[in-house]
Amino acid sequence: MSLHTPAQAHTHFAQTASARRDFAAIARWIAPDAKVLDLGCGDGSLLGHLRDTLNVRGYGVERADANVLACVKNGVNVIQMDLEAGLSGFEAQSFDVVILSQTLQAMRNTEDIVLDMLRVGKEVIVTFPNFGYWKHRFQLINGNMPVSRDLPYQWYDTPNIHLCTISDFDNFCRDHKIRITERLVLTDGKPVGFMPNILGGLAMYRLGNDG
Amino acid sequence: MSDSSSVGIVVPQTVHFSEPLPLKSGAVLPEYDLVYETYGALNADKSNAVLVCHALSGTHHLAGRYSADDKYPGWWDNLIGPGKPLDTNRFFVIGVNNLGGCHGSTGPKTLNPATGKPWGSAFPVVTVDDWVVSQTRLADRLGIRSFAAIIGGSLGGMQAMQWTLAYPDRVKNALVIAAAPNLTAQNMAFNEVARQAIITDPEFHAGDYYEHGVVPRRGLRIARMLGHITYLSDDAMGAKFGRKLKHDEVRYGFDVEFEMESYLRYQGDKFAETFDANTYLRMTRALDYFDPAAETGGDFSAVMAKAKADFLVISFTSDWRFSPGRSREIVKALLDNELTVSYAELTAAHGHDAFLMPDPHYHAVMRAYLENIEFGEAR
Repeated sequence: MSLHTPAQAHTHFAQTASARRDFAAIARWIAPDAKVLDLGCGDGSLLGHLRDTLNVRGYGVERADANVLACVKNGVNVIQMDLEAGLSGFEAQSFDVVILSQTLQAMRNTEDIVLDMLRVGKEVIVTFPNFGYWKHRFQLINGNMPVSRDLPYQWYDTPNIHLCTISDFDNFCRDHKIRITERLVLTDGKPVGFMPNILGGLAMYRLGNDG
Repeated sequence: MSDSSSVGIVVPQTVHFSEPLPLKSGAVLPEYDLVYETYGALNADKSNAVLVCHALSGTHHLAGRYSADDKYPGWWDNLIGPGKPLDTNRFFVIGVNNLGGCHGSTGPKTLNPATGKPWGSAFPVVTVDDWVVSQTRLADRLGIRSFAAIIGGSLGGMQAMQWTLAYPDRVKNALVIAAAPNLTAQNMAFNEVARQAIITDPEFHAGDYYEHGVVPRRGLRIARMLGHITYLSDDAMGAKFGRKLKHDEVRYGFDVEFEMESYLRYQGDKFAETFDANTYLRMTRALDYFDPAAETGGDFSAVMAKAKADFLVISFTSDWRFSPGRSREIVKALLDNELTVSYAELTAAHGHDAFLMPDPHYHAVMRAYLENIEFGEAR
């Protein structure tokens, strides 16, 4: 299936190898045997990876029929629902880790979902493509909406409606009293330490409730 | 007609139980028969058995035909057979007619050995819990210690859930389709109207109509017509009938004017020919009384703590009699107990009846789940 079909835009994120370069990094932040909720879990490959490498007890949440079927085929627990409806079906602090991998930017109720994740999870992992990445800035200066490996859509078919930069998300966490316990910025799978908001393609955050 | 994906010609079997069955109501059924069918072969360690529980008007006849010129196959023939989602090349599938039924298992129209007359009104009210106990006895008789899966839609889904609660070590997977943790007041209200239609039929004779040589056909027919409306969605009825007229013009009378009326009358008549009114009363009561959370003060999560099985829960978007919201309650209870569960909320136009339809995505989900089931002793 082409990445650029409108149908694809209705899933929470692009299920591609490039979109999932954060797997190994996410796995490093998860303890063995943890109970994990993966929001927008796609075909369940992250949960399958975590199950096989860390013996996690995982549940995924997906909206798209094809992905739900893929999860069932992959033997990954999946709950079919629309994240925009919130996480009211999950008890407070009932998961060790709640993951939102490259889906934040496609959510309508971005603020609500982050806060709800912090209610349900003892820890939250959020990853998103950094809109401030220099290649994105460069395309914008040239007069076009950015298209890259991390943002593989044209402006007219993108599911991404709430793109942000690393600086924006830092501010968001500060304003909402969300504690950032760790931040990792990757470009082509390699950590970026210097000027991450310009040189980083993918942002990964470990979040906790303050206090 | 030969069809490699059909289980072919099938023969029902009857097994007699002489050990009395104490019922939830306090009544005791002194002895009884269960009629059942099986498809596929039981493997050497008897670990590939799948029980399919039927809904209100279902039977033990799940798949195949009784003769080459049998007009209709079993009621879930689109799901069950060689190479089908519930693959009889792999699984040993069992269908059983529930107690109180009217297709061969002991029920109100069966002769009561104590009186030599049909049970009629004396046949006790049976519950989902009672059915599951009776099903364990059938499993014992077949040498099946635990089921690889128990599957049911609607009232059948309630039986699958009850199995996981009452016999957690005897069921490895439960496929609970278009079901609910209990019935809502509105849902029970439909059952009450259906029962009233039957009970107030002058030919009901307080349930002992057999000895009068009549059946409360009018009541049963109306009960079924009502049921049919609730099993379909507004959209499905609109698509199928809309406002289509039976004749070329309206006739300003009360005979069949619209196609929808013709359909309902036909369905009601057909059902009243084959189904027993006393059974209908008892099946609807079994639905009403099902409420496992009653023993935990209404806390469904608390009662589901007994379950050990893995679950696949499925609902259909246009099902308003067993709405997706009710299936989400089941899923929540399973999640609260950290059980293994997947939930598919399928987009379907057919309302509650969608669980019987061969929708490709629905069947793909069922197939995917069933293919991943490995045989072995339930945990």
